[in-house]
Amino acid sequence: MNERKIRVLVAKPGLDGHDRGAKVVARALRDAGMEVIYTGLRQTPEMIAEAALQEDVDVVGLSILSGAHMALVPRILELLKANGLENVKVFIGGIIPDEDLPRLKEMGVSGIYGPGTSTEEIIKQVRESVKN
Amino acid sequence: MQLAKELLSGNRLALSRLLTQVENDTPEGRSALIEIFPHTGKAHIIGVTGGPGTGKSTLVNQLGLCFRKHKNPKVAIVAVDPSSPFTGGAVLGDRVRMRDLAGDEGIFIRSMASRGSLGGLARATAGLVQVFDAAGFEIILIETVGAGQAEVDVARLAHTTLVVEAPGLGDEIQANKAGLMEIADILVVNKADRPGVENTLKALKSALELAHPVRHVFQHHGQVEVVEAPDQAEESSWIPPILKTIATDGSGVSELIVEIYRHKENMRESGDWAARERSRLGSELDAMLQEALVFGFREKIPASHYEHVLDKIIQRKLAPRDAVKTLLNGGSK
Repeated sequence: MNERKIRVLVAKPGLDGHDRGAKVVARALRDAGMEVIYTGLRQTPEMIAEAALQEDVDVVGLSILSGAHMALVPRILELLKANGLENVKVFIGGIIPDEDLPRLKEMGVSGIYGPGTSTEEIIKQVRESVKN
Repeated sequence: MQLAKELLSGNRLALSRLLTQVENDTPEGRSALIEIFPHTGKAHIIGVTGGPGTGKSTLVNQLGLCFRKHKNPKVAIVAVDPSSPFTGGAVLGDRVRMRDLAGDEGIFIRSMASRGSLGGLARATAGLVQVFDAAGFEIILIETVGAGQAEVDVARLAHTTLVVEAPGLGDEIQANKAGLMEIADILVVNKADRPGVENTLKALKSALELAHPVRHVFQHHGQVEVVEAPDQAEESSWIPPILKTIATDGSGVSELIVEIYRHKENMRESGDWAARERSRLGSELDAMLQEALVFGFREKIPASHYEHVLDKIIQRKLAPRDAVKTLLNGGSK
């Protein structure tokens, strides 16, 4: 019997075109033994929620550098819920000002990582979040 | 059980969850496969294989769009990418090329890691295809791992196999090698806007003529000569067509769809469809039988006895083939 693999969707919502960070994280999660579905740039919230449904992922990782997180994240959370995916954990990486952190957490975001976060830290928290 | 019922009533979340159960080979997944099996056997299963970078995902994207435009069937896509043999992890990137298909409820894309399988598919791919089939998807596209030369499992699973080539990847000898070329029902030369496309077409055409000889009339030292096709050429009613596509802009894709439907018609008329169903389900049955027999047998042998025999093999006192006899006879030599 196959072991249960952690499946992660890595997506970049919004219009900024810097996907280096998303790729680094995707690669690190792969090396940690996870199955990473990489969807690439300029994803709409609808595309992300639909991909999360089709791929039955445990975790959605969003990379946002455009500053549009307060518009994009609530919409994505709402659509995930509408798809019956309220148990899917959402992580954000990118440039997120400190003053937005509490509100994002309140909405249900499981982890927020700025520049300089070690990939080990992200892997550890993704693993823990899935356990619960 | 619950998931199977919801799947049959069209619930997309249940479909997705069941795909996971089947992929992980859980007890729930196994019993669901039994429950849904009577509802399978309706889909046209199409394999898309070829070397890495030949444009399989982009082509599948266009095929998905084009199928939906033609007759509006529900389309499922199973895209397999390799797992790391070292960590077991994977980056599944086929969706990047399939963004045009987002927002269409009639399309369902599932990415799959190969999880150690070497034939270009994952072990559970056939199971996933059954789930989609039962869920009423009329077209199921399977995109294999970027296959080298011998990853031909997809041909056993699919009714129609497309082999995708691109210019500049090999000469006529490559095209004559055993393996990938032999399983093609339709050959696609993608990236047909690239230089070298005529050479690739020529190489594929001449390789194909060796496999399916036809009557030739040609000039040889000024004389007209005729080479008749051998008799067995009559037997095969399908000679794989070669098509040019440019998947990035969709050129040639509707012609490709016409050929796919033509292949299906041809198989139905020639009885090949039934023959393929038989060999398809036969090889699946064999694989399951083998697994069950080996598992059942191994359970009956005491571990200490097995280790004892293995020790003898290591000491070169017993050849592996003799060891098999010993174990099968239940002896303890």
